[in-house]
Amino acid sequence: MHYLPNILFAIALIASIGFFVKNVKKLTRNIKLGKEVDVSDNKSQRWKNMAMIALGQSKMVRRPIAGFLHVVVYVGFIIINIEVLEIVIDGVLGTHRIFSSIGSLYGVLIGSFEILAILVFVSVILFWIRRNMIKLKRFWKSEMTSWPKNDANYILYFEMVLMTLFLVMNATDVHFQDLNSGNVISQFIAPWFSGLSNSTLHFIERGAWWMHIIGILVFLNYLYYSKHLHILLAFPNTYYGKLRPKGQLDNLEAVTKEVKMMMDPNIDPFAAPAAGAEGEVPAKFGASDVQDLSWVQLLNAYTCTECGRCTSECPANQTGKKLSPRKIMMDTRDRLEEVGKNMDAHKGTFKDDGKQLLDNYITREELWACTSCNACVEACPVSIDPLSIILDMRRYLVMEQSAAPAELNNMMTNIENNGAPWPYNQMDRLNWKND
Amino acid sequence: MSELLKVPTMAEFMAQGKQPEVLFWVGCAGSFDDRAKKITKAFVKLLNKANIEFAVLGTEESCTGDPAKRAGNEFLFQMQAVTNIEVLNAYEVKKIVTACPHCFNTIKNEYPELGGNYEVMHHTQFLKALLDDGRLTIEGGKFKGKRITFHDPCYLGRANNVYEAPRDLIQKLEAELVEMKNCRRNGLCCGAGGAQMFKDAEKGDKEVNVERTEQALEVKPEIIAAGCPFCNTMMTDGVKAKEKEADVAVMDIAELIANAQDL
Repeated sequence: MHYLPNILFAIALIASIGFFVKNVKKLTRNIKLGKEVDVSDNKSQRWKNMAMIALGQSKMVRRPIAGFLHVVVYVGFIIINIEVLEIVIDGVLGTHRIFSSIGSLYGVLIGSFEILAILVFVSVILFWIRRNMIKLKRFWKSEMTSWPKNDANYILYFEMVLMTLFLVMNATDVHFQDLNSGNVISQFIAPWFSGLSNSTLHFIERGAWWMHIIGILVFLNYLYYSKHLHILLAFPNTYYGKLRPKGQLDNLEAVTKEVKMMMDPNIDPFAAPAAGAEGEVPAKFGASDVQDLSWVQLLNAYTCTECGRCTSECPANQTGKKLSPRKIMMDTRDRLEEVGKNMDAHKGTFKDDGKQLLDNYITREELWACTSCNACVEACPVSIDPLSIILDMRRYLVMEQSAAPAELNNMMTNIENNGAPWPYNQMDRLNWKND
Repeated sequence: MSELLKVPTMAEFMAQGKQPEVLFWVGCAGSFDDRAKKITKAFVKLLNKANIEFAVLGTEESCTGDPAKRAGNEFLFQMQAVTNIEVLNAYEVKKIVTACPHCFNTIKNEYPELGGNYEVMHHTQFLKALLDDGRLTIEGGKFKGKRITFHDPCYLGRANNVYEAPRDLIQKLEAELVEMKNCRRNGLCCGAGGAQMFKDAEKGDKEVNVERTEQALEVKPEIIAAGCPFCNTMMTDGVKAKEKEADVAVMDIAELIANAQDL
């Protein structure tokens, strides 16, 4: 029975890691439902972007208050995780504070963890106040109800509880308090427990220790279901983010082939297809569902942490239109999850459910409200590109469905006939000279 | 005045066996829109004044395809692009300047993959370069000391990171450059991009151009400077909607410079 805690700990650890790995596999499978896209170029610039934007939080701090608080929580999260390593080793081996053997450096380490823990605690409270009491507009848009709203608060509560448990654990550790090294914050919490017997203190310490680590393991597994997934995906997402000028939209290769064929007088349009080409399904233009998007766009959707900076900068949203770039990303993720669950239920193959991203999630009204101004792309702290999804869905509407608004059809007919979006004759193009 | 404008075409240059220093891509707005034609002429006056050997395509120019592409019609865009590239390459064009940020972005960024590789400049960059090389002088004239705010066109600013050239030119006019609360990479769109120019806006509680004009009016400018014919239209309409047209003018940077010298 002596080893029971170790065994229980090992089981909890293995189970949670196992469940996490299972979800990571599901995540990668879902992302791979997206189309292949070549992102193997310019590796040095990509690493640099990841270092600056994800690791260095360069775009977060453009909004100084939220940015500063986020950096505190982010640094706290990364550094305090060194402590988790000790907890895991202690848990498996049945030791207590195994790193304390390194001497006075241990006090410095734990001391800095304690300072960070209290800073994280305060920052998270401020985040909660901004979200729930000051009610910053971007947290109260129409897409931020039910799960997205609760999810955000659950994360904040989780972090408050974890930090509290960490400090209580240190405060009630009699031996650690006696050493009086590294208990920078917990020495002020310890008096709250004065008068309790050593065995009660030990009981509380153990309770806090267990709840802290179980909490972390639960949180790890919560990520996949939450916007909090960004803590992992921000890194690959900034690596694979767009490198070209923001104004450059991709040229569809399939279209290039057809256009070149139309322009080449030597190609016989009635020629039999080349050997092996008979079975080729003609490419679908644009996107009506998540499988038509690229895997980077799907990664974007899973990375979105619903902060709403994009939406708050969007000219259409600011003037009361339905379009919200954040909702575009949330809808893409929700639909992708739905497709993934559908596959899970049908032995790994997708069974048509009569739904798609277009219309069932994202309406045409939203798509046509975009001015392609790139404000959302510029605002995103983790290099998400909502505009590319909007454009791909417009392409589907126009090239597969001929479903552009009538005024845009007029504009396009004019370009086709006169080489200008208005009904003026191309031969009059230089008339301005003599006006 | 207009009869003094020298606007040679590429065809005329070719007939003489010559190459101009730069091709001026006028664009659809610059060719047909009454307001934008004034910008075109102002820029040509500056080119003439600086003795730049330039040419236009004239009737051989056609829409770059930008609004079609952004409306989702990739076919039409590429048809336009390939046709234009054929013309440009036949004339062995190396360098292009345009007063339209949409044409600028499309030719600079989206044509190379389709076989069109040119050095492309926005007219504010081109004018700034002429100034730096001493080929053009700018004087404040009537704009000296005036409060001018610059509206960043999305396709010049965020899309291509050109923020300083237009501002440098305004400062050369010895004007007082005042910035809106949203400027440079945070600049708010005028509402015209992404083919919105050619359709009514979706249901909302305000027009984008009115929102942007309000931001501009907040800094109490005498002139709202623009660098895009579409922004110009949108901001002009916005100023009218706010009934401020008697107090605030919307002008392109090329017009400011040309007017300052009474060209």
